[in-house]
Amino acid sequence: MTVYVKGVVFDGVDFDDPNSWNIDAYIQRGGYAALKKIIAEGITQDTIIAELKTSSLRGRGGAGFPTGLKWSFMPRSFPGQKYLVCNTDEGEPGTFKDLDIIVNNPHALIEGMIIGGYAMGITVGYNYIHGEVFAAYERFEAALEEARRAGFLGDNILGSDFCFQLHGHHGYGAYICGEETALLESLEGKKGQPRFKPPFPASYGLYGKPTTINNTETFASVPYIIREGGQKFLELGKPNNGGTKLFSVSGHVNRPGNFEVPLGLPFSELLEMAGGMRGGKKIKAVIPGGSSAPVLPGHIMMETTMDYDAIAKAGSMLGSGAVIVMDETVCMVKALRRLSYFYFEESCGQCTPCREGTGWLYRVVDRIERGLGRPEDLDLLESVGKNIAGRTICALGDAAVMPVQGMLKHFRAEFLHHIEHKKCIVPGY
Amino acid sequence: MSDLNSGLSPDSLAQIDREVAKYPAEQKRSAVMSALRIAQVEKGWLSADTIKLVADYLGIAPMAAHEVATFYNMYDRSPVGKYKLTVCTNLPCALSGGAEAGEYLQKKLGIHYNETTADGKFTLKEGECMGACGYAPVLLVNNHTMCNHMTPDAIDRKLAEFN
Ligand SMILES: Cc1cc2nc3c(=O)[nH]c(=O)nc-3n(C[C@H](O)[C@H](O)[C@H](O)COP(=O)(O)O)c2cc1C
Ligand code: SF4
Ligand code: FES
Repeated sequence: MTVYVKGVVFDGVDFDDPNSWNIDAYIQRGGYAALKKIIAEGITQDTIIAELKTSSLRGRGGAGFPTGLKWSFMPRSFPGQKYLVCNTDEGEPGTFKDLDIIVNNPHALIEGMIIGGYAMGITVGYNYIHGEVFAAYERFEAALEEARRAGFLGDNILGSDFCFQLHGHHGYGAYICGEETALLESLEGKKGQPRFKPPFPASYGLYGKPTTINNTETFASVPYIIREGGQKFLELGKPNNGGTKLFSVSGHVNRPGNFEVPLGLPFSELLEMAGGMRGGKKIKAVIPGGSSAPVLPGHIMMETTMDYDAIAKAGSMLGSGAVIVMDETVCMVKALRRLSYFYFEESCGQCTPCREGTGWLYRVVDRIERGLGRPEDLDLLESVGKNIAGRTICALGDAAVMPVQGMLKHFRAEFLHHIEHKKCIVPGY
Repeated sequence: MSDLNSGLSPDSLAQIDREVAKYPAEQKRSAVMSALRIAQVEKGWLSADTIKLVADYLGIAPMAAHEVATFYNMYDRSPVGKYKLTVCTNLPCALSGGAEAGEYLQKKLGIHYNETTADGKFTLKEGECMGACGYAPVLLVNNHTMCNHMTPDAIDRKLAEFN
């Protein structure tokens, strides 16, 4: 199910109409008007980047980095080839929003990337799509073909001297390729192992050339900002947290799905939109920003609004906007065990602290869950975590540690009970 | 699925050519992920010979293609059943029946994860998040077809379609 209250990314999309994704429908709801305006009025690169800064659009891929600032880092006058890359490798457990964009409104992403190419003087782009959603890759390819035929993509776009080529590329099962430098390696046809930074992609990216990478939702927000103005976008949300955000709500709710709502919406309202707690049970905990974000107790969430700053203040991260809701029947040890297994399984193995540490975290949580935990295990988890965080090439190491730290901070008693009594306080997932 | 010495079909090669055209001429290697996918669809799985065919066609070292085939987990480096079923058991799905779906499939097919039924029809795999958690439980069939809301009843109906 997908619902939008205020549509930016899904502006005007009719989810009941199977043709709503195609180019005619997109144009009818104002699509490609931003691109036409840029070309017809000769809007400058600086104006576009300034408009993005006004909008306070922040990267929707997880880190929340200001997009206008990122685009301004691109060496626009660099004479050689430069690349624009979209990250649709959505694999952060709980996140399923980018799939929805590609399937239901692919032209918003395409138009956003074309505008990005124009604003940064880039002529070639790629969209890296998660391998498991192959139908989305096919949908994207079909939409590209439509855009080429309509003259929005390719050489001399809309009769101007601006040229931009865009292609789809699919992954084939590796979470780590969502990390931007692993994604670039993978796009080059290699194992998806993250690179040391610096150099950052803006100076050394795809094939060693300057590259800008953004998330699908970030790009798909751009046409609206150009069409309606950065100020209007900003006002949809709240200061420093402009616009709307897609939240993927999963877990123990009656109506899981994607909800496009203004940033700053109270969590309680989002929960209500998702149909409330399944079976009328009590809310126990929420992971507010994808599996890498620290868990928060339900009562804290019920007093929090959904935006970058408020969730950070509550002690977690908005991340990718994946909201995983857990009711009173969930055993937190079991929940953490599954997440820790995921990071262990998906570590690319390059750095010793991550490769060994993620296995260690998993084995300790696993033995606690199986009733074999030792009293010193919680200290052990904390010290292993300290030896991973900040000591690795990419942020997967930190991502593996944060769920452990969040659980021990808020649900320590449950872990202690497990160790002492060799069983769960509550039975289920 | 005889594989030795038989090259890739003209159709597969045409598909690979379309992928190669996306990248700069000197970066054909970028097409290796699609090329391996296309070869796997044709051959059923990726033997060392098939990987070499792909590498030769792209003009890259067989080892470079082999590394890719082993790094990404949707490539099958050994034969699988006619239908490879991958069930997501990660936490968001598990909260909505993902783990049960996996258990139900094991019982129903009489195999564990990473096994193939005696008749060679089904292989069962446990997967990580597929970016479809809102439709849990989810099942991926032969890497490319996502099936949503796979409750035990729905699984029964789905398996019957394969008979
Ligand atoms: C382990 C890991 C996984 C990531 N997965 C994704 C992902 O699936 N999608 C995404 O857009 N960003 C992901 N990121 C963040 C990217 O590295 C990058 O910051 C982002 O694509 C930048 O786009 P944005 O500025 O528009 O958010 C991941 C980061 C890490 C460390
Ligand atoms: S932190 Fe982990 S995933 Fe990231 S590069 Fe190191 S080993 Fe690979
Ligand atoms: S957790 Fe199963 S698809 Fe995301």
